[in-house]
Amino acid sequence: MKIDSLALHEASLKFRAHRNEVLSSNIANADTPNYKARDLDFATALAKVRGTGVGLLQTSALHLGGPGSARSDGDLKYRIPTQPTLDGNTVETDVEQAAFAENALQYRASLSFVDSALKSLRFAIKGSD
Amino acid sequence: MSLFNVIDVAGNAMNAQSVRLNVTASNLANAGSVSGDPAAVYRARQPVFETFRQTLDHESGIASVRVAGIVESPAPLQLRYQPDHPEADADGNVYVSNVNAVEEMVNMLSASRSYKNSVEIINTTKDLLLQTLSMGR
Repeated sequence: MKIDSLALHEASLKFRAHRNEVLSSNIANADTPNYKARDLDFATALAKVRGTGVGLLQTSALHLGGPGSARSDGDLKYRIPTQPTLDGNTVETDVEQAAFAENALQYRASLSFVDSALKSLRFAIKGSD
Repeated sequence: MSLFNVIDVAGNAMNAQSVRLNVTASNLANAGSVSGDPAAVYRARQPVFETFRQTLDHESGIASVRVAGIVESPAPLQLRYQPDHPEADADGNVYVSNVNAVEEMVNMLSASRSYKNSVEIINTTKDLLLQTLSMGR
């Protein structure tokens, strides 16, 4: 039981770390002409981890994965800007900053879940703190 | 560890923004410079940013930034009739640099905001990394 939740939170941490990279790339490129902001979709990533997504059958490692398959990176999407800019850049710094702060908070949440799961495992093994 | 890439990306962004600040400072410093020869007058400079990917994997979504080059502004020079000026040409004209001080101030503010954003990213990511290191203690 505990091990299951550890694996789920490990996947969550990986996702949050990757999203942290993508969002910081967006903020780093806030002044780059023609840069298109990107983001990861949590729902797609979650479906992938839980295996509920409908994927294509892959009989060779070279086959393309459909949506929901483990190899697909389809959850990386381009952001639709609310305001157009003249230089073709779609980064909106406030949106990105809000997403970045939220993502960092979720990362911390996953960390504390992993932490408490580890603590209770240790408690079960040793019988004391 | 993928969070270390974030520090690289933000560091590159700070680098690019500091080049921009430097160029803005040069522009402001030369805002009033004049010359009798239009080819020798200081022209406003602007850095051009471009995205570069540290890893060849486009799907990772990691995009760093660098300065692709510095271009000179094509805006026309001001012509000022000042026959007593030591640099004046045969017609008594001097050419004033095309630096627009208002534009440069806006550029400076924008660069400093972007720089601060990158610093915040590094701080937050550093916190996350430190917390990850102390996991399970």
